[in-house]
Amino acid sequence: MKPRKFWPWLVFTLGAAYFLVPLIATFEFSLKMRRGYYSFDSYASVFSDPAFQATFAYSALIGVFAIVVGIVVVVPAVYFVRLRLPHLRPLMEFITLLPLIIPAIVLVYGYIRLYNSSSIVPFTGSALGTDILLICGYVTLAMPYMYRAVDTGMRAIDIKTLTEAAQIMGADTLRIITSIILPNILVAVLSGAFLTFAIVIGEFTIASLLNRPAFGPYLQNVGANRAYEPSALAIISFIVTWGAMGMIQLLARFAPRSAPRTD
Amino acid sequence: MTNTAAPVAAPSVRSPRRLSFEWLGVAPFVIFAVMFLILPTLYLVGAAFIGRDGQLTLENIAGLFTDQILAAYWISIRISGASALLGAIAGLAIALAIIRGRLPDSLRSTVMTFSGVASNFAGVPLAFAFISTLGRLGLVTIILKAVFDIDIYRAGFNVLSFWGLTLTYLYFQIPLMILMIAPAIDGLKKEWSEASQTLGASALQFWLYVGFPILWPSFLGTLSLLFANAFGAIATAYALTGSSLNIVPILLYAQIRGDALQNPGLGAALALGMIAITALANIIYLVISARAERWMR
Amino acid sequence: MSDQHFLHVESLTKHYGTNAVVKGVSFDFSKGEFISLLGPSGCGKTTILRMIAGFEIPSAGTIQVDGEDITVLRPNQRRLGMVFQAYALFPNLTVGDNIGFGLKVAGLGREERRARVEEMLKLIGLPDFEKRFPYEMSGGQQQRVALARAIAPRPRLLLLDEPLSALDAKIRVSLREEIRAIQRELGITTVFVTHDQEEALSISDRIVVMNAGNIEQLGTPHDIYNRPATRFAATFVGHLNTLPAASFGPDRAIRPELISLTQRPDTDTTLSGIVSDIGFMGSVLRLKVDVADVRLSIDTFNANSTPPQRGDAVTLHLASRDVLALGA
Repeated sequence: MKPRKFWPWLVFTLGAAYFLVPLIATFEFSLKMRRGYYSFDSYASVFSDPAFQATFAYSALIGVFAIVVGIVVVVPAVYFVRLRLPHLRPLMEFITLLPLIIPAIVLVYGYIRLYNSSSIVPFTGSALGTDILLICGYVTLAMPYMYRAVDTGMRAIDIKTLTEAAQIMGADTLRIITSIILPNILVAVLSGAFLTFAIVIGEFTIASLLNRPAFGPYLQNVGANRAYEPSALAIISFIVTWGAMGMIQLLARFAPRSAPRTD
Repeated sequence: MTNTAAPVAAPSVRSPRRLSFEWLGVAPFVIFAVMFLILPTLYLVGAAFIGRDGQLTLENIAGLFTDQILAAYWISIRISGASALLGAIAGLAIALAIIRGRLPDSLRSTVMTFSGVASNFAGVPLAFAFISTLGRLGLVTIILKAVFDIDIYRAGFNVLSFWGLTLTYLYFQIPLMILMIAPAIDGLKKEWSEASQTLGASALQFWLYVGFPILWPSFLGTLSLLFANAFGAIATAYALTGSSLNIVPILLYAQIRGDALQNPGLGAALALGMIAITALANIIYLVISARAERWMR
Repeated sequence: MSDQHFLHVESLTKHYGTNAVVKGVSFDFSKGEFISLLGPSGCGKTTILRMIAGFEIPSAGTIQVDGEDITVLRPNQRRLGMVFQAYALFPNLTVGDNIGFGLKVAGLGREERRARVEEMLKLIGLPDFEKRFPYEMSGGQQQRVALARAIAPRPRLLLLDEPLSALDAKIRVSLREEIRAIQRELGITTVFVTHDQEEALSISDRIVVMNAGNIEQLGTPHDIYNRPATRFAATFVGHLNTLPAASFGPDRAIRPELISLTQRPDTDTTLSGIVSDIGFMGSVLRLKVDVADVRLSIDTFNANSTPPQRGDAVTLHLASRDVLALGA
C-alpha cells in the first residue's frame, strides 16, 4: 500500500508548499518593519493611513452598489427566462460568458472611448458619472458568477412549480418574486454578492484607468512607494478574499433544495 | 391536469399586458448588457477600422505588424502559453492527487476552498507576495542563500522577469485548473477502473486507455481557458514587472493612460487583437467541452 | 475434487471497524454452476462478491478458485469476469474496443481480437454494433455488451453484481434468460448477486439466501421455496401466510398458492373467513381473506368465472402437510 500513496502525498506537499510559502514569506516580511525584531508596525501604519481607510471604504461602497445593481439586473432576467422565455436562454448564457472573453482592460477602454465627455452619454464627464461607470464595470466583471449562482439557486428550488402554486392562490408576479422567489434564492444571491465583493475590493485595472480613488490603485501606489506596507496589505487583502470565499462555502450549506425536476 | 400557468407560446397568442411584464423583467439585463458589454466592444472593434482621418481603413490593423507590437503579442502569447501549460499540468496533478489519490477527504475540501480564494487572488497583492518571496530580499531567496548556499540571482533568476511573472501567474492558474477539472475527474466512475482491473489491466493501462483519454477534452478545453485568462490579465504584471515586460495589456494600458502610441485607432486595433485571441481560445474551450459532454451523455 | 469445489469459500469474514458485515461464510460450488447470492440490502452479498473479485480484502477466511488461493491477489491478477449494475462500459471506446479490452491488455494480436470480438457480438445478438459508442445504446444493450466484455477473455469465474437492477421490468426478464442461456452454452461458473427473489428463483442452479452477514439457507430454488430452513428464508423468498395460532399452533405458515377455494383430493383442513380484498393480476387472482385474527393471502389462477366479492363468506381448503413450521 505504501508506494501507492507516495505520489499523491508528494504532489500534494509540493503544491501546498508552492501556495503556502509565498503567504508565509509575505507575512514574515510584513513583520519586519521595525529593525531587529518582529512587530505589527506595518499593519499599524496601514490601518492608520487615511488613504487606506478612504480607498477601502470607497471600494467597499462601490462593491455594495455593484451587488445591488447586479441583483436587479440578473435576478429578474434569470427568473423570466427560466419561466417564460426559455428560448432566450442560450443568448443569456452567451452574454454572461462575454466578460470572461473580453478582458477588463478592453472593456474599460471601450467605456472611455464610448462614454467620454463628448458622447451622448457622457459618463466620464463627472465624478458621479464615472463612479456609475465603475459600478457598471464591476457588475459586468462579476456577471458570469452572479448569473451562475442565481441560476443554480433557481434550478435547485424549481421556480416553475413554486410560481404555479402561488398563482393558483392568487399572487401576482411582483409578489411572487419578492415574497417567494427571493427569500428562497437568498443564499445563492449572497454567494454571488460575496464573489462580487471579492472581485471589487482588489480590482485595479478599471479603477486605475477611470481614475477613481479605489483600493486597487491605492495598493499599487503603496507598492511603488513603500517597503513593508505592501506585504501587510497583501496579507490583509488575502484575508478579506478568504473571508468572502469562506462565507460562500458556509452559505452553500444553507441553500434550500426541493425535489429536482428534469431541467 | 393541464398546465395552464406557463405556456411558451408565440407572443400573438398571449395578451399584450402579460407579454410586456416578462419583457420588462428581462429589460434591465438587456439594456445593461448592450450598454456596458456589447456596445463598448463593438465600438472598439469599429474604431479599429477608422483611421486618423475618420475614414474606413485597414491601416490600424496593418499598424499592428510593427516590431514593437508584434513583440508584445509574442511575449503575451509566450507567457500565457507557459503559465497555461504549466498551470494545467500542475493543476491536473494536484486535482488527481486529492480526488483519486486516496488522501483524507478533508484535504479535498480544503484544497477546493483554497483554490476558490487563490484563483481570485490575482493582481497587485499577488505581485507583492511574490516579491516578498522571491525578490532580492525575499524570504526564499535569503533562505536559499543562507542554508543551501544557492544565490538564485547570481544564477540569473529575477522575479521581475518573464519566468518570474510566469511563476506568479501560476498562483491563480493552477487553482483555476483544479476547480475546472475536478468535476471531470469526479466523473471518472469508480466502476470504470474496477472493470478495467477485472479485465486484467494495471493502473497504468487504465489511465492510458481509459482515464486520460476521457479527461483529455476537459484538459485541453481548460488549457484554452487558462490561456485566455492569462492573456487578458494586467494588474499582476503591472505591479510586478511594470513596463519592463511589454505584454499587450501593458501596452494598451500605456496607450489608454497617456496615448503612448499616439494613435487611438491603433489602440483600438490592439484591443481588437486581444479580443480575437481570447475569443479564439474560448471558442476552442467551448467546442471541446461540448464534445466531451457527448460521451458523458 | 477440483470440479466439485471449483469456487471454494471458507470462513469468509469482513469487518468495517466494529461492524461485522460478513460473518464467517463458507460454501462450495461446482464448475459450471449458476449460483445466486440473494438477500436484502446490507446482508453482505455484494461484499462477498467484491471480496471474490478482489476489491475488498477479507478480514478472515480464504477464497479458492480451481484450487488456487486467490484471497490476497490483486483484482487484475485473478482472471475473473465482472458485470456491474451500472454497466461501466468505457465511454470513450467503441463496443468493439470495449469487448476487446481484456484481450488487448493480455497482449492478444489485432486479428485474434477482432475474431473473438465478432464471436462475442454474435453471442449477445448485436452483430452490427462494433463501431457504436455506449452513449448511443439502450441500457439493455449496454449490459449485454458489458457481459460480452467480461467473458471475452475466457475468465474462470463470472461475477454479476445486480446487473439487472437498473433496467426496465420487461428487459429484466428477457435479459436474465439470455444471461442464463449464454452461461449454459459456455459453461462458465457464475455468481449472481440480487435482492430480487423472483430473479434468483428463476435462473439459478442453487441459491445462497443471506441475512445480516450469515447464510440462512443454501439450496436449489425448489428446496428453498418449498422447504425453507429458517423463518427468514421462508418470509424473504415468496409470499408467506402466518396461520392462526389458535387452530394450528404457534409459528405455522403456508404459501398462498397452496390454499384453495375448492376442495382438492389432498386437502384435509378447512377455514372460514370473509373476503376483504381482491387483486386481479392478470393470470393470477390474489384474495385477501380475514380468518380469525389473521389476514391470509390466497393465490388462485384466473378461472374465467365470477370471482368472489368483498364481504363474501368463503371456505378455504388446505393440506396439513403443506404447512410449514417456521424455525428460528
